[in-house]
Amino acid sequence: MSIEVQNVSKRFGSFEALKNISFSVPAGQLVALLGPSGGGKTTMLRIIAGLESADSGTVRLAGEDATDRSARQRGVGFVFQHYALFRHMTVFENIAFGLRVRPRRVRPSNTEITHKVEELLGLVQLAFLADRLPSQLSGGQRQRVALARALAVEPKVLLLDEPFGALDANVRRELREWLRRLHDEIHLTSVFVTHDQEEALDLADRVVIVNHGAIEQDGTADEVIERPATEFVKDFFRFVKRGASGGLPPDDEARGNRPTPND
Amino acid sequence: MPNRPHTVRIIRQELTEPRFLRWTLTVVVLGFFTLFLILPLVAVFMSAFSKGLDAYLAAIREPDARSALWLTLLTAVIAVPCNLVFGISAGWAIAKFDFPGKSFLTTLIDLPFAISPVISGMVFVLIFGRSGVFGSWFIDHNIRVVFAVPGIVLATIFVSFPFVAREIIPLMEAEGNDEEEAACVLGASGLQTFFRVTLPNIKWGVLYGVILCNARVMGEFGAVSVLSGHIRGLTNTLPLQVEILYNEYNFQAAFAVASLLALLALVTLVLKTVSERHLHQG
Amino acid sequence: MGFTLFYLCLIVLVPLLTIPARAFSLGWEPFWRAISDPRVVASYRVTLGTALVAACVNAVFGFLAAWVLVRYRFPGRRTMDALIDLPFALPTAVAGITLAALYAPNGWLGRPLSKLGITVAFTPLGITIALIFIGLPFVIRTLQPVLETLDVELEEAATSLGADRLQVIRRVILPYLYPAWLTGFALAFARAIGEYGSVVFIAGNLPMVSEITPLLIVTKLQQYDYAGATAVAFVLMTISFILLLAINALQGWSARRLAN
Repeated sequence: MSIEVQNVSKRFGSFEALKNISFSVPAGQLVALLGPSGGGKTTMLRIIAGLESADSGTVRLAGEDATDRSARQRGVGFVFQHYALFRHMTVFENIAFGLRVRPRRVRPSNTEITHKVEELLGLVQLAFLADRLPSQLSGGQRQRVALARALAVEPKVLLLDEPFGALDANVRRELREWLRRLHDEIHLTSVFVTHDQEEALDLADRVVIVNHGAIEQDGTADEVIERPATEFVKDFFRFVKRGASGGLPPDDEARGNRPTPND
Repeated sequence: MPNRPHTVRIIRQELTEPRFLRWTLTVVVLGFFTLFLILPLVAVFMSAFSKGLDAYLAAIREPDARSALWLTLLTAVIAVPCNLVFGISAGWAIAKFDFPGKSFLTTLIDLPFAISPVISGMVFVLIFGRSGVFGSWFIDHNIRVVFAVPGIVLATIFVSFPFVAREIIPLMEAEGNDEEEAACVLGASGLQTFFRVTLPNIKWGVLYGVILCNARVMGEFGAVSVLSGHIRGLTNTLPLQVEILYNEYNFQAAFAVASLLALLALVTLVLKTVSERHLHQG
Repeated sequence: MGFTLFYLCLIVLVPLLTIPARAFSLGWEPFWRAISDPRVVASYRVTLGTALVAACVNAVFGFLAAWVLVRYRFPGRRTMDALIDLPFALPTAVAGITLAALYAPNGWLGRPLSKLGITVAFTPLGITIALIFIGLPFVIRTLQPVLETLDVELEEAATSLGADRLQVIRRVILPYLYPAWLTGFALAFARAIGEYGSVVFIAGNLPMVSEITPLLIVTKLQQYDYAGATAVAFVLMTISFILLLAINALQGWSARRLAN
């Protein structure tokens, strides 16, 4: 399902969080909203999810105007920065939640739910933790549960708010690779918010750089590095590490859509 | 930003109950409060002034009322500082030291909260009364404890001593030892450290505890009722005086005296709110 | 330091120990007779029954009140919030005479109620009303901090997963609140059991009907029946201690539930 954001503006009191933002995400793409803290990226993500409402502008999902639709009805999966796992429920119940609250008419049976949850536990490689409580899990494990929970309701769009922000560097890297592989497998339209340049360049098909509520540049990883549209963008990627061969780290070359520059 | 509290968020339509329900609940709750809180409060003052300002002032100036006021104030002046000292030392010991029986001590401090004030008062009758454990000693020395002022003061101290301690202990535990250790290294004596470093940090908690303690001290009824001789003009506190007047069907006077206590309660609430705000800011 | 404090402890513990000491001093038989006398048993029923009903009422309205105060905005919210502590601050005798006057047959509330055939004064209903007043702050004050720290993201997560409002409340919010709610209920109940001043005026203290145990104890003391008084006091004290332990356990459970 594609996402189209057109002329969205949002202010909180006297603070303009978003100024006439427009961008689109074709179906199946993984896009990063990148920028410094306080720039408006999370607000934008929440507006797409329906957790905030825009003051003006539209959000279209799969071509239909979803601006007035509630978060319940949009069919998006949302992964929060601090996971927002239900503390009193086991991992299994957390993942099953979205299925259990379906209206009776369309609610799957208990067996179907168990089957689906087990499938997802396998996908995120946490089957052995099914009966644990979130407090007994590490940060990386919790994040994977949050992801599984969001995927359980078969969303058409996956939105992630700084998904790896609260994790150690190593765990962050692992999960990053893992998320990329997952995306390659299921091709779910995904948007994630981050302030980490490396993460965005590494993970996303396209990067949308947001600063002070406006888009600085919208393009592929190479485009933003080699042809920065503004002074800000150039400055923003000043310290980004390039791989030993001068290109980006090896994983991306395997994807084949990023030519390595000459040494 | 973990734990975004509810109050900070902008409320979206579906993250809260439908407007009709919100209105109904608010009205129901306000109705409940009006019935149980506002109505009695209003009733006290209206009954006190039901015969006019002159009758009100006469009731307050009446000699028995005045001695009741005096006894109440005397009790407060003795009991509150006692409990303040105890509360601070308990807080100091519990927060700064580790000793066997520490959790036992904390439970013990909560005890007067758990038992009926009548039982608290009765305990002192059992100990200091004529047939009590120490009773005969006091009688021999012509010191009346039970049914006299000392008994009243003792029982009040007993009943209200948790208040200051309960506020100070968690506060001191949360403060940690760093600042005191720094002062120590810089050469300050124990007392200096206490007054210059510890006390300023916990001052709002102390104030809060003192306010609550005082409210309880001045308003205590059950325990004092058991211990007092109910002798007008001698062993009656304000609450007891209220009881006597009411039982004599002298309603206007009873409510007049009661209104003084109600005013005290309102002042307590105001002071409490103010120090609570400072407590949470600090 | 610890030594001085243990000494002070004694000032609390030893006096309380005189009660069981005295209660049992005359032997088991008189003790049993004192605590199982019909009038005494009736007082247990009145005390525990009214305390339970009052605590339940406070549990329900306290929950609604905490919800409304924390989540909704309306004029006078802050003042109302401060007033909730009135039952803590107001002397029990003042509350007692005020409620008695309000619900007396010719009182502001008593008169319309008697027209509906409901008598409040001198009945357990009157006691219950006094106990509702006295216990009002407990449930509200234990629930408020928990409601205030409830992370909105949990509700947002549940909503984005498709839950409707009722489901969010039932499945996500309520389980989080149960321990604190129960603690508040237990505190209100414990307070109601020992209450004296606010009840004795409205109750009328009719033996077997509206006589509460604390009053019975006072009556016995006034008649110099120390053995009887201590016996009944021992029963009351035991109930209070059990409740205190239960409350401590509940608070521990609550703390563990909320821990990250």
